Order: sequence, then C-alpha cells, then structure tokens
Amino acid sequence: MSRPDVTLVSALMSPVGRKVLTGVTGIGLVAFVIVHMIGNLSYLSPDPQAYNVYAHKLMSLGWLLYTVEIGLALCFLLHAVVGVSIQVRRRRARPVGYKAYKSSGSPSRSGYSARSMIFTGIILLGFLILHLNSFKFGPGEAEGYTAMLQSGEEVRDLRRLMTEKFREPLYAFGYPVVMVLLGMHMRHGVWSALQSLGMMSRRLSPYIYAFAALLGALVAIGFLVVPLYIYFSA
Amino acid sequence: MAKDMTINLRIWRQKSPEAPGKLVDYTVSNASEHMSFLELLDVLNEQLIASEDDPVEFDSDCREGICGSCGVMVAGIAHGPQQRTAVCQLHMRSFEDGDTITVEPFRARAFPIVRDLVVDRSAFDRIIAAHGYVSVKTGSAPDANAIPISKDAAEEAMDFAACIGCGACVAACPNGSASLFTAAKIEHLALLPQGQVEASQRAVAMVDQMEAEGFGDCSNYAECEAVCPKGISVSGIASMRRAYMKGVFSK
Repeated sequence: MSRPDVTLVSALMSPVGRKVLTGVTGIGLVAFVIVHMIGNLSYLSPDPQAYNVYAHKLMSLGWLLYTVEIGLALCFLLHAVVGVSIQVRRRRARPVGYKAYKSSGSPSRSGYSARSMIFTGIILLGFLILHLNSFKFGPGEAEGYTAMLQSGEEVRDLRRLMTEKFREPLYAFGYPVVMVLLGMHMRHGVWSALQSLGMMSRRLSPYIYAFAALLGALVAIGFLVVPLYIYFSA
Repeated sequence: MAKDMTINLRIWRQKSPEAPGKLVDYTVSNASEHMSFLELLDVLNEQLIASEDDPVEFDSDCREGICGSCGVMVAGIAHGPQQRTAVCQLHMRSFEDGDTITVEPFRARAFPIVRDLVVDRSAFDRIIAAHGYVSVKTGSAPDANAIPISKDAAEEAMDFAACIGCGACVAACPNGSASLFTAAKIEHLALLPQGQVEASQRAVAMVDQMEAEGFGDCSNYAECEAVCPKGISVSGIASMRRAYMKGVFSK
C-alpha cells in the first residue's frame, strides 16, 4: 500500500480538517469573546472613565490591533463557511429523514446547545453585524461623543454611547438574550473544539464538557450584567 | 407463563431500492415480554405469511449481539431504547403492553435501502478495504507476553475492536457521519505495535474513503456512542483526528 498523498490543503479539506478548522477558529473567537467580556466589565469600575481608558488603550495599539482584527475577521469567516458547509453535507448524507427520531440520552452530548449550533451561529453572525454598526462604527468624536481623561486627553466617549444604547429596552434585553445564545454555542463549541483537535481522552471528556458549560455560562453572565445594570440603574 | 402483550408496530415498508416506501401499521397481540425485538418481528412475519402478505424483511444472524447484522431504528433510536445492546438483545420487557413502536431502517445516503428494513452497508466494507488492516504478515498469534503491551493499551484496543460494524453510529448521527465506526477500525490497530507503524497513513486512507462514500461530517454530538451496542467511546474519534493530521507532517 503506497502512502496516500496528503498535503496540508487536502487535509484541511477532509472531514477531519474541516473539524480542525472549525475548532481552531472557534478557539480564536472564544479568546476574543473572553477579552471583550472582561473589557466590558470595566464599565462597572468605580472610576467613571475606566471604560473609555480601556477602549482608548485598545485603539492606540495601532497595527497590532489591525492585525488582530483581520485575524478575527478571518476566523469568523472560516468558522461560518465551514459551519454552513457541514450543515449542507448533513442534508446530502441523509436525504430521507426519519419519521421518528430521538436522542438515546447520556453519554450523548446531543442536547439543545449541540443541536442548535447552526441557528445560534447564524443569530450570532447577524448580531455581530448589528453590534459593529451600533458601537464600533457608531457615533464617535465627530458626533460629539468626546470624553476628557484625567491625563487631559480627549477620547471617544464610548461609555456615553453604551449608556444611551442600553437605556433602550430593545438593547437592554435583546443583548442579554443573544448572550445566552452565545453561552449555549460555547457550551457545545468549547468541548467540540477540543474533541476536534484531538485533545480528548475518555478520562478527560467529562471534565472538559463540564468546563465548556461553565465557561459558556460565565461568558454569558459576564456580558449580560452590564446592559442590565445600565438599564436598571437609570 | 407471562401474560401476552399487545404491541402496535408502524413499520417502514419499501419493495425495492427505488420504490417509494411508507409506514404501515400492524398489531401483534400474542407478544411475550421474554421475546427479543427480532422475535417479535418473526411472530409478525408468521402472521403476515399466514395471511399471504409479504413478510417484513430485516437482517439478522447471530441474535446474540456479536455479529452486527441486525440493526433498525426502534422508537426513534438505533437499536432501540436500551443502551449497549443490539436490537436482537432488546427484549419486549423494555416496552409496555399496548405500546406503539415505529420501526424504520438505518437511514443514510451511503446505506441505500435494499428492501423494507434491510440496508446495504457495504460502504463500511470499502472503508475497511481502504486500509483497515496491517500491510505486512504479522504471523500467527505470538506467545503471550512475547511483545510487551501495557494492560491499558491492550484493554483500549480491545474496546475499539469490539465494534461489530452494525452502522448504528451512522443511523443515529444527526449528520449521518461514520466517524465512530472509522475511528474504531483505525484505533484498535493503532494502539498495538503491529498497527502503530502505519497509523497515520491508515487514518488518512480510511477517512478519505469515508468521505468518498458520502457520509456526513461529525459535529461531536456523541449520539453515536450512546447508541453503540458496544459503547465505543468518541475519544477514538479524537485519536483518529490526531493520527490524520500527523499524516500531513510526517512524510
């Protein structure tokens, strides 16, 4: 038997490679989401300018920030494209479905979070676009959203924008709902990424699965406290 | 003597691969809780033959859970509601008198229906043919302990070797993936010295064949492990992925 001809590209196009791509990009996105969540929590700091200071520091990273942003955009794109292609293949692999179907239960991980990955994923993608439009590309210094830091520097007043947005019920309650979906997506996604990258053994699996659920819940809570705090402290 | 049970069945009937199929209702009123599910189908078939109807076709052979011939969807679950048993070892005591049970064939594009509940699983044979073996002659069984193999490795290899190739993993997978079967057939060899040498090229050849057969992608639902009559762990799928990616870097 001759050695099959494998290249990195052919491997990444294979069923294993598609999972590896989803996993690697997913881990990149999880890292981003955690950093973003911790950054948001600075809104709750006793120093009223803490959030603006954080945002300003981030923006002044320059090329480093752009590199990370391009990397993240690629992660989102690849993650979405592969995710959708897996869904398309699913249809092809079973053209005639079952009249009766149900999960056999544990050790199956096929719960609500796992079965809704494509839906939570699509909602998160839509959310991402709206979110970038509201904040990243939202009103800035040109529109009068300016804050004076203690150093005397004038920066974009993101804190004011955030406060105004989350005083609106649609934002204050819409965001937390999406964050719960993000938590669900992560619950299956984190365990799935590690399984896809081959970092799983029979002994580790239950712990990793519990860790994924915990991480998903923590990220969702970390994100949704800020909008709810802003709304209810008005 | 146990009291008779009445079981209502809704069974997928399809005359040929191309013919349209449909669920047909039957009632077996003299079932016993001690019968296996296949014996219930036998009783139904006797009824059908007596009334000059076509019996329901289904695969079965050993009827002791080791051959991998039988396998149907019972009440929406591959091999039925009792875990770690093939449908031949599923007994009617798992059901209640008067239950209505839907019975369908294992469905996947790579498992075309032959007739009724019989599907063609030769896609599995082609995955094995791709590299589910050790290329060199390893001789007859070596003397015990002549090749040092740790107890853990031996046990784990044996766990993967327990795969009977029934296809329940594919049938239960929401995506119709054959990852658990392929992983089991790769891992039971990869864990032992005779199989280690070709581990990554074996993984590449078998995964590529799995793809060529038209099975779906794995989404790590682990539904396969839950329905596997041998309880084969999805950790094998993780190992298969490691072996596959190693194939890229070790030439």
